[in-house]
Amino acid sequence: MNNVPLRKATEPQSRPTAPGLHLATLPGETAPAAASCTEAVQLAAVGLWKRYYKAHVEIPVLRGVDLQVRRGEFLSVIGQSGSGKSTLLHLLGTLDAPDQGQICFKGQRIDNLPNRRRDLLRNRDFGMIFQFYHLLPELTALENVLAPLLIAAGAWSYLRQRRAHLDRARYLLDIVGLSHRLKHKPRELSGGEMQRAAIARALVSGPEVLLADEPTGNLDSGTGEEILRILRTLNEQQNLTIVMVTHDRAIAAQADRTVRLAQGQVEVV
Amino acid sequence: MYKYLLCWRYLRTRYIALASVVSVTLGVATMIVVNSVMEGFTHEMQDRIHGILSDVVVESHSMEGFRDPQAHMDRIRQVAGKYIAGMTPTVMMPALLNFEVQGVSHTRQVSFIGVDETTHAEVSDFGRYLQHPENRRQLSFDLREGGYDTIDHQATAHALPRERMDVAGWKYRRIFAQFQKDMKAGAPPPVADEAAPPADATKAETPPDDVVYEGFVYRRAEPAVADKAADEPADPDGKPANPFAAAARTESEFDPARQTHTGIVMGIALASYRMHDGSDRFFVLPGDDVKIIVPTAGTPPKPASDFFTVVDFYESKMSEYDANFVFVPIRKLQEMRGMIDYSTGIGNVTSIQIKLHNDADGKTVRDLLQKAFSPQFYGVQTWRDKQGPLLAAVHMETAILNVLLFMIIAVAGFGILAIFYMIVVEKTKDIGILKSLGAPSGGILGIFLAYGLSLGIVGSGVGMVIGLLFVAYINRIADGLAWLTGQEVFDPAIYYFQQIPTIVQPFTVTWIVAGAMLIAVVASILPARRAARLHPVEALRYE
Repeated sequence: MNNVPLRKATEPQSRPTAPGLHLATLPGETAPAAASCTEAVQLAAVGLWKRYYKAHVEIPVLRGVDLQVRRGEFLSVIGQSGSGKSTLLHLLGTLDAPDQGQICFKGQRIDNLPNRRRDLLRNRDFGMIFQFYHLLPELTALENVLAPLLIAAGAWSYLRQRRAHLDRARYLLDIVGLSHRLKHKPRELSGGEMQRAAIARALVSGPEVLLADEPTGNLDSGTGEEILRILRTLNEQQNLTIVMVTHDRAIAAQADRTVRLAQGQVEVV
Repeated sequence: MYKYLLCWRYLRTRYIALASVVSVTLGVATMIVVNSVMEGFTHEMQDRIHGILSDVVVESHSMEGFRDPQAHMDRIRQVAGKYIAGMTPTVMMPALLNFEVQGVSHTRQVSFIGVDETTHAEVSDFGRYLQHPENRRQLSFDLREGGYDTIDHQATAHALPRERMDVAGWKYRRIFAQFQKDMKAGAPPPVADEAAPPADATKAETPPDDVVYEGFVYRRAEPAVADKAADEPADPDGKPANPFAAAARTESEFDPARQTHTGIVMGIALASYRMHDGSDRFFVLPGDDVKIIVPTAGTPPKPASDFFTVVDFYESKMSEYDANFVFVPIRKLQEMRGMIDYSTGIGNVTSIQIKLHNDADGKTVRDLLQKAFSPQFYGVQTWRDKQGPLLAAVHMETAILNVLLFMIIAVAGFGILAIFYMIVVEKTKDIGILKSLGAPSGGILGIFLAYGLSLGIVGSGVGMVIGLLFVAYINRIADGLAWLTGQEVFDPAIYYFQQIPTIVQPFTVTWIVAGAMLIAVVASILPARRAARLHPVEALRYE
């Protein structure tokens, strides 16, 4: 396991693409002026509002959420179901845009970036894992892990770096303890195994932030513990910033810091 | 890269999508088959029409024709000489053809064509369609001894032998003459003779004692008239009893066993009928005499008739021509109709057939000649002009058929669209996952377009293979269908082709396949756009 080069995994910050390279402001773009958008904070939400409409009735989910995540922090967000935890996570991961407010990543506003740039952010800077694992059913575990790299690279550049990519994917699957199941399709894997593969996939591009949406919600407690231990290790050994959403206090307690989401706002626990 | 990987996986796991391209496959296969057969028919037909007609014709509007063909040919050469490879004068005239079959008179309407036997084969494929190998080399209006084709020389496969063509020619004429003479003289009815001498025996120079005809032996009742005259004893003083007897016999009495009338080449369909199994039976054979009745030139026209001896058959495989044309030496026709100017000895002709060099354009020559010859008296046409309506009809038919068939593929396109929509709905979550992993909308669009294209490639590729195989084995398939249904699919009796002609044109196949692929891609645009526009959060939530 250790004979594989660790360059990406061990020092994610030193990746050539790391700080702000694909976040560089485009000509004509004004630099964000928000006070909380500072370099010291890895990921910040400032006054986030998000509403949904159900049968023409407005349902405010987030009402001015303020949140700051420091580099290398393991933050857990708890709240009852329907409290908007997942929505917050989707907003942080640029999967959705807030109605109001800002999201800052390493001092730059990211919620209003063009689609292409947000795609790049999701691909390289954020890793995401979900309660239902969300693996692609047509691909094997190994291919699922490779997917972000496949998306990032064109056919030729992928083929040129194929060996390096494969090594990295195998290495990550090894870290999460799935090296014996490389060629299995998701439907042939257990829940825990699927979540391990999902973690490996989230890490393959060497992201700085891992966004976890109820990663243990669908697993028995033992397996949930395993997954949490992996997250914990990644956080400690590789300084990975983790934002984990959960409804389970016991699981949330494993994080460095816990915030509660209630009435669409953040309360410190 | 992920696009191709996913596309490949979808292709291998979603068989319902493959079912949707079956219609594309069938459409492509059908179009290839239909186009190949139509092309084969068109080509065969054009080839034959062109073989029958010369490249350009200068013709008189009147049946009386125009005088001095040589002067006209000189003028043509003067106007368009550099394009011209050969010319021949012809006379074409409606006429009646009459012959007897077992005592029953058959009369038919024919196109009676006078041709110059030395030059006519130069301007068209006339020679190619004759039944005697020597005549194919150089036409002669003299009856051949024998050696006519017993198997259709143009047939590509499994042609049935032609009954009685093996005896056609002089051999048959002598036998038949003998038979008739014997019948007239009251010979005993024919008896089957086991010990019949071989057919070669009938080739003897003088009429043989026994005549073998189709396995029957006719025994002569008395010496032939000719022999009797020759055997007549002379007077004691050495003078013949009747000094005019020999002369009278040779000059006034036509002996069909030794003499022929002027030769005539008949369209094969005039002389034969086709059995249901595709074999030909003949009313008359080379060696038989037929009668032609033709209106004379001048007003009012009077019927003129004369006997001709069939010397060969003309088989262009175009029933319109084969059942209509009879050819005789041009001089004979002019004489019969009184078209010869007796002060000069030159006959009128109704048209001049012109053969062009291979690279010459018929239309250019036609336009040149139209300027040189007054349209009031002369019509100048290329062979395409002459068959314009027919060729146009065939082209129109092909075009309409193609439009209709392409609509089948377009319908298949809607099938693809529907199934793609279903696949996009089914894959909604995967699309959300891909977007959460940073796949751009364009990439999602690309997956489904590539999927549509690959389905198109598979569908039209398989269709192409099926279509080409079908074309390659079309005659065997037709035979198989005939065997299965008991109904002849392709009846050679109707089409005058032994086989279904096909030509595969790479260009046509290419555009059919490309068109089908395009339709598959176009049909996948809408579902692909829907996929690309899916909101990632909603897609991830989708259950």
